[in-house]
Amino acid sequence: MTTVARLADVVLVPAAAVAAAFLLAGLVVLGIGENPLTATRILIEGSLGSGETLGFTLFYATNFVFTGLSVAVAYHAGLFNIGAEGQATLAGLGAALAALNLGPLPGVLAIPLAAAAAMLFGGAYAFLPGWLQARRGSHVVITTIMFNWIASVLMVYVLVNVLRQPSSMNPESRSFPESARVPFLHDVLAHLGVTIAPSQANLSLFLALAAAFAVWLLIYRSRLGYAIRVVGQNPHAAVYAGISPERITVTAMVLSGALAGGLAVNELMGSQHRLILEFTAGYGFVGIAVALMGRAHPAGIVLASLLFGMLYQGGAELAFAEPRITRDMVVVIGGIVVLFAGALDGLFRHLVGRALPAARLSMA
Amino acid sequence: MDALGLLALLDSGLRLSVPLLFACLAGLWSERAGVVDIGLEGKMLAAAFAAAAAASASGNASAGVAAGIAASLAFALLHGFAAISQRGNQIVSGVAINMLAAGLTAVLGHAWYGQGGRTPPLETGGRVPDLVLGRPILVWLALLTVPLTAFVLQKTRFGLRLRAVGENPAAVDTAGVSVVGMRYAAVTIAGVLCGLGGAYLSIAQSAGFIPNMTAGKGFIALAALIFARWRPWAALFTCLLFGLLDAAAIRLQGAVVPGIGEVPVQAVQALPYVMTVILLAGFFGRAVPPQAAGIPYVKEG
Repeated sequence: MTTVARLADVVLVPAAAVAAAFLLAGLVVLGIGENPLTATRILIEGSLGSGETLGFTLFYATNFVFTGLSVAVAYHAGLFNIGAEGQATLAGLGAALAALNLGPLPGVLAIPLAAAAAMLFGGAYAFLPGWLQARRGSHVVITTIMFNWIASVLMVYVLVNVLRQPSSMNPESRSFPESARVPFLHDVLAHLGVTIAPSQANLSLFLALAAAFAVWLLIYRSRLGYAIRVVGQNPHAAVYAGISPERITVTAMVLSGALAGGLAVNELMGSQHRLILEFTAGYGFVGIAVALMGRAHPAGIVLASLLFGMLYQGGAELAFAEPRITRDMVVVIGGIVVLFAGALDGLFRHLVGRALPAARLSMA
Repeated sequence: MDALGLLALLDSGLRLSVPLLFACLAGLWSERAGVVDIGLEGKMLAAAFAAAAAASASGNASAGVAAGIAASLAFALLHGFAAISQRGNQIVSGVAINMLAAGLTAVLGHAWYGQGGRTPPLETGGRVPDLVLGRPILVWLALLTVPLTAFVLQKTRFGLRLRAVGENPAAVDTAGVSVVGMRYAAVTIAGVLCGLGGAYLSIAQSAGFIPNMTAGKGFIALAALIFARWRPWAALFTCLLFGLLDAAAIRLQGAVVPGIGEVPVQAVQALPYVMTVILLAGFFGRAVPPQAAGIPYVKEG
């Protein structure tokens, strides 16, 4: 592949998909009877306009980095994990059980332990679909869909019957102890004498960036990552290379589930400070859009996450300024991106190839 | 529970199984032709919204059902375009459709009606009336679709070809039948059936649309499809069973079963999903999907 062709594949195809997604979303806004340009201005100002809004954008982006990486790792192994929602839900249970019981420990111990518990639970919940795919041939897509629903039903049971405080009617756990809360960015910086506007952005942001770097090392620089990519591209060839597709399938799913668990760290330990229902709020599904748009590459995923973080935060401001446009618009845009950058990928490749003759080599 | 209670339970089980049955048969048509459809949920949701919106605007239930079918059909053809014409990934396309439907129904519902995305409550004229034996005609239509599907798939040339396209498209192509045409026919039928299921939810079972009102029914239908191993009569029994479980879950709230104690409602709710996972794992029986399901067909030469 030439440099131009690679560039077209990595940059132009997703860029064209996103541009088309925004165009369509603009049409929806127009159809509602609002001005898309005004909406865009509110969205950008509402996501990047001040220190506070930027903080919220980064907070949401953190969620998307985790779920995007989760989808991507499985994707490299040729697996489509649509169970990030369920895995993150179980990770939330793990985080809560650890956080609520590690109160006496100092933060330097309690936080990493609770975060590890989150990732452990998330990974364990992905182990089963991975194992069933590898050993029993049950399709991971269907199993993870079923596991999402089982997780959400299980969570209702746990929150209503086990973790709910007897004094409260709300299905939520008691608050996590201070020592198990991931510190807010503005608090940490205040200790260093720097003042920034308070927001939900917390140190999980750096965990997400570290996870992105670790995934890059894993996928492109390690023996295991090589095995994952070989299995993803040609499981038969993998067998001849002495790689066990079964083992790699299970490993990739566990890693994928553990990464989804990061969502629970940011959302629950970093912001909500208690276990609540439905905290995954569709981040797992938008993570599919993030991974497809980022071409399953950690750098692309970080950029795509920033975009979706902006949409999420800007969308909230937009819903406030123009009550007729709700934040569900982000789901619409996510859906169009999944359609264009995922299912209609070939069409966009073709269109870009036509517009840019040098890039046509990539289709050979 | 007395006889009257049991009868009421069976009745509400039947009502709850109708949308499952429509969606399950939709998935059956699509997947027997080789097009995997995890967008049943999204198509039903879009149909439920369109049906309620049209019925409330026109005060006419037939217009509502027609709008529901049209909305679902639009998504079905989008899926067809991605999966059949563009040979895109069918799972990814299904995910996109679910997201699009969830987002669009919420955005449009809020923009048009306020009221938290609900459509205005329907008057009697806008609802599908309980005309035949005290039930909406859609209930009987759903039940009737079962023998119809079984007959067409098993006894007609169209059905034979459609099944062949799902098992061995190359052979069908060699025989001079258009694989693309058959697959489009299948996703079109799936679109119509999901449209009926969605319309049933919002303008027959309820008197209007509420956000995310399908609440996973499309996925339970998918589970039922696998559980029924892609066969129409088995699909009927599975959907009736899952509908009954749903009705029982509502009634079991806080009830104490002798010998077991209080059964958590959630355990009953999780049952369809758990049963499907166990079946798929092949611990009892084996669920084998159509051979060519999920694989885009590329003509040779």
